[in-house]
Amino acid sequence: MNWRGVRALVRKDLKVVMQNKGVSIPLIVVPVIVFVVVPALVALLPRLFGAMGAPTQDIEELLTMAAPPLREALSHYSPEQAGVVFMLAYVMAPLFLIVPLMVANVIAADSFVGERERKTLEALLHTPLTDGELIVGKMLSAWLPAVAVSWLGFVVYGVTANLAAWPVMGRVFFPTPMWIVLALWVAPAAAGLGLVAMILVSARAKTFQEAYQLGGVVVLPVILLVIGQISGVVYLSVGVALALGLGLWVVDGVLLRLGARNFHRNELIARL
Amino acid sequence: MSDPVILTHELTRCFGSLVAVNRLSLEVAQGEVFGFLGHNGAGKTTTVRLLNGVLAASGGQARVLGLDPASQGTALRRRTGVLTESPSLDERLTARDNLAIFADLYGVPRERVRRRIAELLEHFELADRADEKVGGYSKGMKQRLALARALLHEPDLLFLDEPTAALDPVAARGVHELILRMARQEGRTVFLCTHNLVEAQRLCDRVGVMEQGRLVAVGAPQELARRYVHNLTVEVEVAPEDTDTALQALAGLPVAVQPGSPRGQLAVSGVRREAIPALVAALVHAGVAVYGVAPQEPSLEDVYFALHGEGVHGQREVSP
Repeated sequence: MNWRGVRALVRKDLKVVMQNKGVSIPLIVVPVIVFVVVPALVALLPRLFGAMGAPTQDIEELLTMAAPPLREALSHYSPEQAGVVFMLAYVMAPLFLIVPLMVANVIAADSFVGERERKTLEALLHTPLTDGELIVGKMLSAWLPAVAVSWLGFVVYGVTANLAAWPVMGRVFFPTPMWIVLALWVAPAAAGLGLVAMILVSARAKTFQEAYQLGGVVVLPVILLVIGQISGVVYLSVGVALALGLGLWVVDGVLLRLGARNFHRNELIARL
Repeated sequence: MSDPVILTHELTRCFGSLVAVNRLSLEVAQGEVFGFLGHNGAGKTTTVRLLNGVLAASGGQARVLGLDPASQGTALRRRTGVLTESPSLDERLTARDNLAIFADLYGVPRERVRRRIAELLEHFELADRADEKVGGYSKGMKQRLALARALLHEPDLLFLDEPTAALDPVAARGVHELILRMARQEGRTVFLCTHNLVEAQRLCDRVGVMEQGRLVAVGAPQELARRYVHNLTVEVEVAPEDTDTALQALAGLPVAVQPGSPRGQLAVSGVRREAIPALVAALVHAGVAVYGVAPQEPSLEDVYFALHGEGVHGQREVSP
């Protein structure tokens, strides 16, 4: 593997991506909302409710909808604490996965489809990089930043959540073991899903915008996971997170095999 | 004599029912500037892609720099440089970034990268704006940068697709000199796709003419001219007072005569080379004082139009 060439390709793609405001702005705004704004608001809600004189029964009602094992796990917290832990440690968990999915998806759209749209692909195909090195470079361009943003976000989220919830919790409660699994095992797999979905989409989409819209479909399972967890159908325990990660890696592998089949110079140049 | 740098035998590429390159058999020697002429869609770009191992052939064989483009494309592309039809530059990056990234992609020795980039930027007069984004460059500057990128790793074989298309005459001349220097002094081989027939005539040792995927003629420009352009224009100078007599004498011949200025200058067109003595004899016989007869050598442009005008079928090989 010509790693110098692969690194050059990654460097090129990232420099180009960061020059595109249509790509770089969502890459900054969405993580800030997910990792800073939402946890701060959620952690402060019980105090806001309290200040407004709202009863804690609302939180208790919400918790009655949670899955039984989750209710059990939250039973040794006070109602206010249980509300914070439920929201920050469980409901937010699937939302966290949106970040690696989206970051990988957007960068891959720019890297795979944008490259063709900007008519810069042909020069790349004439370089000595093999087809394998080209796809590895393109994948790393999207996957590495997605994982980096997720891990950085995980740290920022932890700090924000603990600080904002301190008045209610009175101790450091985050990260939970499930979140560690989520960040280290599931998030990289989710980044992979955002990426391989885009490799498949890139075979059909002609423009970055088209690819971005088509590729956005991959966040639907995450939305379902959020709804499932709030409605008590799913409970993201350590075991479920491990299984979810494994499932995602398998799906990534299968989709990558499908996508890589079309990723050959011969096919790519014929589509220019 | 060394092995040919490019050697193809019945190389073919089809896209569905379209035969983009049809049984192309070609040899290009080391250090040769080979012109590849043809209309848009004649198969020139597809041929470059086939020869550089970017596109797989549907049939036939090719050896380029002794390598098989289909199975040894990576090794081959380390030794070739390509200027594509559109500059294919990352316009959001600076010229220096564009070159630095491709220096890594082509494996230019690390210790040489900085100096090589500086040399090329200087040579193509881009040094002053090397750290500006390429999106703000003129067409000519982009073309020069793309050419610099193709030369970064000092390739043995250069594929140039319309290298002077967007350049002003001064810049185009600079590129012509560069091409000749690379071939004549450095022994590099240049495969030049062009519409510019004057450029091809000036630079190329041999040219190949493509039509609808077929190579219809190949040879040195002068040889092709002799072979395909049968009707010449002959500049005739006669005594000014004999001009009318000369026009009368030539009226009986199957040629077109255009009197020039000053009197006594005649441009006689549609003359076959072997009919020139008869033309002179007719004038002398009429008592015209003939001061000079100068057949105008046909240009590659004449060859090109002669070939396309007569709807060519099959390849015509001309040995220099």
